[in-house]
Amino acid sequence: MITGRRDLTVSAVALAITAIAFGATAAESPNGDIAAGKAIAMDRAKGNCIACHVLPGGASPGAIGPALVAMKSRFPTKEALTKQIWDPTIRNPDTVMPPFGKHAILTEKEFNAVVDYIWSL
Amino acid sequence: MKKTLALVTALGLISSSALVCATPKEDQERFQHYFETRFPKVTKNDFGNGVYAIDAVARENWEAIEQFPPYDPAVSNGETMWKTPFANGKTYKDCFPDGPAIGAKYPYWDKKRSMVITLPLAVNECRTANGEKPLKYAKGPITDILAYIAFKSRGQITNVVIPADDPKALAAYEKGKHIYFARRGQLNFSCASCHAGNSGNRLRTEILSPAFGQTTHWPVYRSKWGDMGTLDRRFAGCFKQVRAKPYKAQGEEYRDLEYFLTYMNNGLPLNGPASRK
Repeated sequence: MITGRRDLTVSAVALAITAIAFGATAAESPNGDIAAGKAIAMDRAKGNCIACHVLPGGASPGAIGPALVAMKSRFPTKEALTKQIWDPTIRNPDTVMPPFGKHAILTEKEFNAVVDYIWSL
Repeated sequence: MKKTLALVTALGLISSSALVCATPKEDQERFQHYFETRFPKVTKNDFGNGVYAIDAVARENWEAIEQFPPYDPAVSNGETMWKTPFANGKTYKDCFPDGPAIGAKYPYWDKKRSMVITLPLAVNECRTANGEKPLKYAKGPITDILAYIAFKSRGQITNVVIPADDPKALAAYEKGKHIYFARRGQLNFSCASCHAGNSGNRLRTEILSPAFGQTTHWPVYRSKWGDMGTLDRRFAGCFKQVRAKPYKAQGEEYRDLEYFLTYMNNGLPLNGPASRK
């Protein structure tokens, strides 16, 4: 069960947030990452953002979370958005959004690509 | 989200409010009130029809399916099982003298054994006591005998009792309640994440069903499965969907969960077996 692994990864998570937020890949996002991020966001077995959020060009979106539009007006920095997708329970302990980074739902590469894509919306 | 929080708070699951310990009866009133307020157009008895109480399009399909119920073969197989003697000459009737219409007696707290007894557990204990092999809990022949008993129990009213004179019964109820509201799995959902605060909301194209009404109609023919399954099968499916390891079928955890959840549904008529998407 995942919960068993959680404690072990706590320190790694803190490091990883820093790496993702301030790493070189975050600043310069090639369009390839955005396209890959979109594919992951639409993939039921991966990000599956579309299950809960309206996304541009996504068919039959769910209606659990807010529409993912105008992200730069909703998050002051890409770092803030990164933290939100990494572990949304920090900002709102009662959210139902899964902690995509903290629980390793996505690989680091996939996670970065999704952040690039969402930040571009 | 605010509504999820409201229910979680109402049921005393937030540490600050846990100081005021709600009784099961208070939990039940708040639980039912929550869903009746959230879905004001749904009549109380219609909650037992799950998502079809709140999704008009799905309901049309479901009513068409119910013209020739896909659980009918299970009911008739179950009737045969009920009437066919075991190798020792006895029948299920010897274990369940009031049967087959015994659905509303379960789950119940057995004070002597200090455990929750569910109907599937009682069926298997009847079998082993008579020298027969126990049936697997998720699917297969157990759904036949359960479908027959459910069919004969239609119209009985859910009436789970938490005996006040045994603190262990209350502890089992509290354990089931905790399992219901605890987050689990890689996706970090509780049962309540989807079926309380987001009931009626769309997850992609699916409308999430309310928790109120979820215990009235087992076993179920589920189109997704293409056959019959028990509540154990559904619990395990939910756990897998949130990427958590399911508990053992009919282990203490799921029996306590069924005890809590069925108690929340007290007052609803039994309407199993049923068909679902």
